[in-house]
Amino acid sequence: MSSWRERLKKIDDYRWEIETSYKPGMRVPGLLYADEHMLEQIIGEEQSPEQVANVAFLPGIVGKSLAMPDIHWGYGFPIGGVAATRVDDGVISPGGVGFDINCGVRLLTTNLMEKDVRPRIEEIIGQLFASIPSGMGSGGRIRVKGKEMDRVLRDGARWAVEKGYGDQEDLEFTEENGCLKAADPDQVSEKARKRGIPQLGTLGSGNHFLEIQMVDEIYDEVAAGVFGVHRAGQVVILIHTGSRGFGHQVCDDYLKTMGLAVRKYGIELPDRQLACAPVKSPEGQAYLAAMACVANYAWANRQCITHWTREALSGIFGRSPRELGLRQVYDVAHNIAKIEKHAVDGKGLLVCVHRKGATRAFPAGHPDVPDAYKDVGQPVLIPGDMGRYSYVAVGTQRAMEETFGSTCHGAGRVQSRSKARRDLSASDVADELRAKGITFQVASRSALVEEASQAYKDVSEVVQVADGAGISRKVFKARPIGVIKG
Amino acid sequence: MPNFEFTDHTADIGIIAYGNSVEEVFVNAAYGMFSLIADFEKVAEVIGHQVVAEAPDQEELLVTWLNELLYLFDAEGLIFSRFEIVELRQHYVRAMAYGEKVDPSRHNLKTQVKAATYHQLKLEKGDEFSARIILDI
Repeated sequence: MSSWRERLKKIDDYRWEIETSYKPGMRVPGLLYADEHMLEQIIGEEQSPEQVANVAFLPGIVGKSLAMPDIHWGYGFPIGGVAATRVDDGVISPGGVGFDINCGVRLLTTNLMEKDVRPRIEEIIGQLFASIPSGMGSGGRIRVKGKEMDRVLRDGARWAVEKGYGDQEDLEFTEENGCLKAADPDQVSEKARKRGIPQLGTLGSGNHFLEIQMVDEIYDEVAAGVFGVHRAGQVVILIHTGSRGFGHQVCDDYLKTMGLAVRKYGIELPDRQLACAPVKSPEGQAYLAAMACVANYAWANRQCITHWTREALSGIFGRSPRELGLRQVYDVAHNIAKIEKHAVDGKGLLVCVHRKGATRAFPAGHPDVPDAYKDVGQPVLIPGDMGRYSYVAVGTQRAMEETFGSTCHGAGRVQSRSKARRDLSASDVADELRAKGITFQVASRSALVEEASQAYKDVSEVVQVADGAGISRKVFKARPIGVIKG
Repeated sequence: MPNFEFTDHTADIGIIAYGNSVEEVFVNAAYGMFSLIADFEKVAEVIGHQVVAEAPDQEELLVTWLNELLYLFDAEGLIFSRFEIVELRQHYVRAMAYGEKVDPSRHNLKTQVKAATYHQLKLEKGDEFSARIILDI
């Protein structure tokens, strides 16, 4: 196990390289972002560095096969993996996006303070839990039919806004304005549609959540101020969900397509879960178009949930969302592949950036950063576990130069779900949360145990490494006072 | 008795399914998966649903079979407690799955399984047949 210790070449306190000589077939080196302590955890889980090396086999990969500090074992690609491939002669891999396509996070601010919310938190959480379908087998409040689903898939969050779920301004503060234009609903199977339609407008289960949080500590007052966060104690809302069964089905459909494509194009891979096709091939283009539909579905999903959140709070406080300052700070994808232009060897190159459990982190001045944020950079939303805290960071120029504008996405598990179930009891976890002043409603008791703080890395270490390495910069930390979970 | 066990993964769960034949392995893998999803002993046999899957080889067929069942769970709201393989070939499986409509109040839904994956997939013949499948959850 510890042999990884010798294999990894230390670049500096936060960077560890896997040289191409590790395995014949690696086209580029691997690069892990970690500090000494975190490296022990990563090495302890032998397979994730191996997966970083495997990703380096992908035809057309440029730069390095990157692993963010929250890297952990995934299928094919590690979670926390970032890889950019040349659009011209490189490949696209559904495994580099994952099953929960555009799983992502959205942050809203409010002008409420902890003292306004605490006395009513039971009511707020109860109302949100009632308004937002959560948990397995929960159907959505929205039923789209036939051609309407095509519009969801083509227009994403814009579809939702046009239906009255939210404001035009929300789109401005969403990655890609909540719509990938490459979407082509014809590339999505009937099965995926059937799985997706009943789940539109649902939070889902597992690690997905909605949290009422209070700002705990501000590190960068200027950036925080620009994002609408002005003081400790201010209440913010974090929504974490994705594309539900719709994304799982599209991923599965295209893993099959790619399995055949690998044979057809004679691509040699060390792991069949890395199945891929040339970006420009019919298979690659079809996946990109289908994946864009799923990304749009997820943005529409978060948009609807945002609307119900506003409705619920507005009802409880008897003030309009605008009066409550319920403004969207940003919405970012954690699992996505995007065609972007990046500097490679000093030249602008069109690449397909796979971010699987990684967040886009564009710096100040980048044209894709909303005008309002252009002096500080794109907000990076990094959820932690439900018992501790989450972070907001900002993208940097260094991320542009090293990680194709990417950074970490969250805490990452340290304990399997079954171990958490064996070691912890639901009533203990509930007591712990209550002792920390966190009110919660969960759809299942097992979720409570599986998602306990103990099962996760401390997200502050992850964020610290990304900050230390300079691929994102901390702005503020917030901790939950109310949680709903599927 | 269904014959399967779980292996621990940090973020996911592995199933090892055993059997005296490949058919039994397919059935036991399905039992394993549904035992994660819900208390499947509480699932009544109200309906029988035919399931057909095709794949380039038998290992991938096992994954496709499980994903087909997940699809029926998610899209049709069906949960199963018994499986019968009617026909199994290298690239093709036809089976009957028996169960009922999902009822969260009775079935104690536990874990959302996103998909069966191809990662470290293995179908082997030793003293008996066995398969290892990792589920993304």
